[in-house]
Amino acid sequence: MESRFISEINGKKNYSNTMSDMMSEKTEDAKTEAPIAEKYKLQTKDVNVFYGDFQAIKDISMNIKPKSITAFIGPSGCGKSTFLRLFNRMNDYIEDFKMEGKIKIDDKNIYKDKIQLEQLRKEVGMVFQKPNPFPKSIFENVAYGLKIQGIKDKKLIADRVEKALVQADLWNEVKDNLSKSALTLSGGQQQRLCIARTLAVEPSIILMDEPTSALDPISTAKIEELIHHLKQYYTIIIVTHNMQQAARISDYTAFFYMGELIEFDKTKKIFTNPEKKRTENYITGRFG
Amino acid sequence: MRKIREFIIEKTLLSSALITVAVTVGIILVLAVEAFSFFREVSIFDFFTDTEWTPLFTKKHYGILPLLTGTLLTTFIAISVALPIGLSISIYLSEYAPRSFRKTIKPLLELLAAVPTVVYGFFALVVVTPFLQQFIPSLSGFNSLSAGIVMGIMIIPFVSSLSEDALFAVPKALREASYGMGATRLQTAFKVVVPAASSGIIVSIILAISRAIGETMIVAIAAGQQPRLTLDPTVPVETITAYIVQVSLGDVQHGSLEYKTIFAAGITLFALTFLLNTLSFQIRKKFRQKYD
Repeated sequence: MESRFISEINGKKNYSNTMSDMMSEKTEDAKTEAPIAEKYKLQTKDVNVFYGDFQAIKDISMNIKPKSITAFIGPSGCGKSTFLRLFNRMNDYIEDFKMEGKIKIDDKNIYKDKIQLEQLRKEVGMVFQKPNPFPKSIFENVAYGLKIQGIKDKKLIADRVEKALVQADLWNEVKDNLSKSALTLSGGQQQRLCIARTLAVEPSIILMDEPTSALDPISTAKIEELIHHLKQYYTIIIVTHNMQQAARISDYTAFFYMGELIEFDKTKKIFTNPEKKRTENYITGRFG
Repeated sequence: MRKIREFIIEKTLLSSALITVAVTVGIILVLAVEAFSFFREVSIFDFFTDTEWTPLFTKKHYGILPLLTGTLLTTFIAISVALPIGLSISIYLSEYAPRSFRKTIKPLLELLAAVPTVVYGFFALVVVTPFLQQFIPSLSGFNSLSAGIVMGIMIIPFVSSLSEDALFAVPKALREASYGMGATRLQTAFKVVVPAASSGIIVSIILAISRAIGETMIVAIAAGQQPRLTLDPTVPVETITAYIVQVSLGDVQHGSLEYKTIFAAGITLFALTFLLNTLSFQIRKKFRQKYD
């Protein structure tokens, strides 16, 4: 599997900055605090979110580096999912939703009026809490994102479907049954299919909203391994309830509480030597 | 004391259920017995192949085909009207309309089904037919076209309301998955939501067809009473239901062969709607297993 992913790096053309990013990642490991001068993939500034009178997000500013895994942790209702869903504007469908502040992806404000929602969501993929494959065949599920872009070239679609399934580590299990309904797959396979479906569109950011909370431990381990591999090509932001999971897979961890960002730092620092008492209480299981 | 009360209540409930079943069985039995005695005098083969239906004339023919075509023709026209309109309404309400608008408009639409059908029939005869005659001068006063169109309007809520329920029941997660990949509302509606709700939509269509086949007043008033084997929507025809009305209201002698024709026609109608209802029941059963 290792070799397959290495060949995938070479095969991937649209991420020319891979090398420089990997190097910056390395040099950065030596330092203890997050650097400021680096180019960020995603930046939020003074973000507030309201549902009617209720303020769900309070004044959050955060910078996320390219090709890193950031985990959002915090007790239920702390706003971490709401915050995640700002990045592909998934909250837009909620009535009474109101957002203030700035969110920039690749230095472009995604909440400007002129932004194309469809374009944004091709760039920012999402994997949801419960596996939600379409009631279509495995192939059609992965091809969906391409077909809605109007791509007709059958060969291209087939290639991209295969590549995405390989990347999502599902190809070997389904390659002989691509025309079977996606609903016949197990929960863990369905979730990897949903990841493949997202990868096929070739986003640069992948948002994961508790992607393993509905899965058994073995499927969870597989997905975590997969997320770890995907970091080479994608910026990943993952919401999780499972603190061990955050500790295992993420580079950075953000702790949310009551709509506020309490602490955001390297995962190692958060879990070994947090600045704030509240963070410590949460990760040691004293509340939440 | 309490035990006796419970006992009485339970048996009362049970008997109401049994009465309903008994009445249904009774109706089917009467239909079957009378139809059976009809088929002792007229062969089933003639019944289904003869192209004329003239039991009330001196030269008698007992071919159900003209009545059946009349029924299917008006039903076809009705569905051609109700399907596109009903589906558009349901997709709009479920995928586009604000929730408050949906809440107001849905009961209003269902009012269409609550209008007495005699009003619809009258409307078809005195409003729609004269209106259509401006464009189709050869249209006769009684015709399957205007009856079918008006019947289509009547069954719009059957299609729109049930389809909307099916569309609305599609899990939000599927829509989010589609939006999340950059799909527009239209793409999400037609490529994800409608296919996922397809069995529910098919059920709604079948029930609407079944309703149209059984509809009596509109066709009896506006489509005419001339059993005729034709697919021409501009001429008078007679449906099975309209024939049953005609004979029931007339002075046909009780127990005569003419009298028994309505049971033969009735059992044909029953077989048709029963088939459709069974089909929709089966599809619905399959549909239920899909999402839990």
